[in-house]
Parts: sequence; structure tokens; C-alpha cells
Amino acid sequence: MYAQMIKSEATQDDPEKLAAFQARIDAGEKIEPKDWMPEGYRKTLIRQIGQHAHSEIVGQLPEGNWITRAPTLERKAILLAKVQDEAGHGLYLYCAAETLGVSRDEITEMLLDGRMKYSSIFNYPTLNWADIGAVGWLVDGAAIMNQVPLQRTSFGPYSRAMIRICKEESFHQRQGYDAIRKMAEGTPEQKKMAQDALNRLWYPSLMMFGPSDKDSVHSAQSMAWKIKMNTNDELRQKFVDQTVPQAEYLGLTIPDPDLKWNEERGHYDYTDPDWSEFFEVIKGNGPCNVDRLAARNKAWDDGAWVRDGLLAHAKKKATRQHAAE
Amino acid sequence: MKNEWPLWEIFIRGQHGMSHRHVGSLHAPDAEMAIKNARDVYTRRNEGVSIWVVEANHISASSPSDKGPLYEPSESKVYRHPTFFDIPEEVGAM
Repeated sequence: MYAQMIKSEATQDDPEKLAAFQARIDAGEKIEPKDWMPEGYRKTLIRQIGQHAHSEIVGQLPEGNWITRAPTLERKAILLAKVQDEAGHGLYLYCAAETLGVSRDEITEMLLDGRMKYSSIFNYPTLNWADIGAVGWLVDGAAIMNQVPLQRTSFGPYSRAMIRICKEESFHQRQGYDAIRKMAEGTPEQKKMAQDALNRLWYPSLMMFGPSDKDSVHSAQSMAWKIKMNTNDELRQKFVDQTVPQAEYLGLTIPDPDLKWNEERGHYDYTDPDWSEFFEVIKGNGPCNVDRLAARNKAWDDGAWVRDGLLAHAKKKATRQHAAE
Repeated sequence: MKNEWPLWEIFIRGQHGMSHRHVGSLHAPDAEMAIKNARDVYTRRNEGVSIWVVEANHISASSPSDKGPLYEPSESKVYRHPTFFDIPEEVGAM
């Protein structure tokens, strides 16, 4: 998902404390920053929340790419509001991560030098306006699948960030579906663009949930700690089941010839994405990895004088005020 | 780290809210910018009509391990609630 392949850290704590901690989680209690927690829980969460936050921030790039070229003023205002929300979501999550003892600068620098990842999906380009509709519909739709259960996660600040985010996320998916519906119901050429966007973004969207359960080695500990609420395949199946009828309504075809309803299972059978492509993108070899990181590094470097200048001004003002008192 | 903006805790009072409620935190160089940033981060959908900001290191919090000694004493004092007392119906509303 926005946090893919999070490795759970091994934990070497006092077994008695560990058991009491697990009992609190099993009883549905929230863990708060000042509470005792296993080192592995803390480290895994920093990595997971950090990756989630980075995804929100990097996720602004493919959409920001189309703000100035939105087809109408209204679409432009909507997209601007949506991208601004993503910045807010990143901030809520960074603050949640900071309660675990990592500083904002540390976590930012880990993204910038590649020690931390963001979701694979944002390494794909948005080539035209139809892609913006498809991103809202599919990518935000997939994100919601994961974020709704995470509202019940065991770590209080993470859970509260998720609740805020989920309140805002539905707007994102609906505006995307609305944009692509306009194209699917438009001229034959526009409809072709909508279909093309679905063709290109379908499998990358399925990859957002992370590798298949049989290759996902870190799930058990994270699920016991309630920082992962469902398996990757469970969420992926749920996403497919939800999205197929939405595509049908648009008169668009999911680019999977083997997709069909399985009466017995009560779910759609579908083809898994090409996992070798997924692992290449994770390794840094996707179409936009280099561009995305370069853009984030440039923003950080170009903003340095503003951060330093405002801090220097604030300090000067405080000193002056102090002297006057 | 070296030049990081301080962390501020943000409190918002909603349209019909009786008091300011903690909504989250953010980084800002000073109080004025913290309020400006809080307006962008925490009131994009009419969530508030008033913002308070407090630098996070000025907040002292009770410790989770003191939960027992701090709050258990009030559990046995049910008579502090008005429903503890039966008032005869004939007396009317009280």
C-alpha cells in the first residue's frame, strides 16, 4: 500500500513486559507515545508511518504536474485542493512518526537519500488529463482500502492521523471518478483516453497492496501488533471487487482477459501484476524514480534559505522582545 | 536537527465547540507562522473559528503510569453525581 514491504523489527525485550504490551493491544487499548513499547514496535512504526508520509508528499508530484493544465478552472481548483490535502496528510503522518522519537529533518533526509521508500505507484508518470482522473479513482481508491482499517491501529497518534485522513480521502476518489466519467461519456477520442489510462494504471494500482501473501514475510508480527490490519491479498481482492462494477458503469474494460466473477468464492478472479516489475520499481528502476527523488531534493535544497531565514528572524524577534521586557 | 523549526501543538475551537480541542501539531519558526500554518493544515473544511498554538516543549503531561493513583480515587465517589440522590417525584424538577 502506501507503506509496502515494511520489515518488522525483531524485538529483544523483557518477556514479561512484552506479554503485558501484547495484552493491552489484544484488549483494544491504544498505545500512546509515552507508554512502554518494544523497540521493534517503535522502529517498525517509524518506518511504516514514515513511508506512508513520504508517499503522501511524493504523491503530489504526478498530480501537481497537471494543475496548470487542467481543462477548466473548476477542475483546476478541485485538483489544487486535492493536492493541498495530500500535503496535509503528509504532515499529519510526519507528526505521528515524530512522537516515536525521530525528528522531522531526520525522516526527511532518509527519504531524500533513499534510505526510506515511498509507494511504488508514484514512480509511474501521469501522461495526460485522463490519468489524473484514473489516479483519483484507482490510486486513492486503493489507498482508502488500506487506510479505513488502519483507523483501528494500535498506535494512538497513527490511528488519529488515519481518522482525519479518511474523512478527507473520499473527496479524492470521487473527484477522480467524476473526472474520468466525464471523459468516458465524452467523444470517442476522450473515451479512448480514459481506457488507455485504465490500461496503464490498473496493474500499478494492484501493486500498491504489496507482494502476494505467500511472498510477504513480515505480516505476522505486524498483524499481532495491529499495525497491519489485513493481508495484502485480502485488500487487493477487496479493491478488485469494488472497482470492477465501477469500470463497467463507465463502459471501460479492465485490462485483464482472465478477470471473471467466481460464483463459488463470491469474488472476482483476477491476474496478479507482474511482480518482477514491482520489485524493479521498488529497487529504484521505475519510469520516474529518479525524477521524483530529484524533485524532492531540489525542493528541500531550494527551500533551505527560507527555513533558515524565517528561523533567524524568529530568534531575532524573540531576543528583541526579551530585551524590551 | 540543527536548524529545525520548533514543534507547536495546535488547538482549535469549532463553530459550535465550547472549548479549544487539540487537533495535532506542526512545525513553524514562530507563533505567528504556526497560526498561519495551522489555518492551512487544520481548518481546510471549516473545522474552526479560533486557533491556539503552544510550543510543544511548554506542555507538561501526566505520566501514563500514574493513571491508577490519579484517577482511581474518583471511581468510588459516585455521590459526586446528581443521579446518586433520589428526589421524590412530588418535589418536582431539581
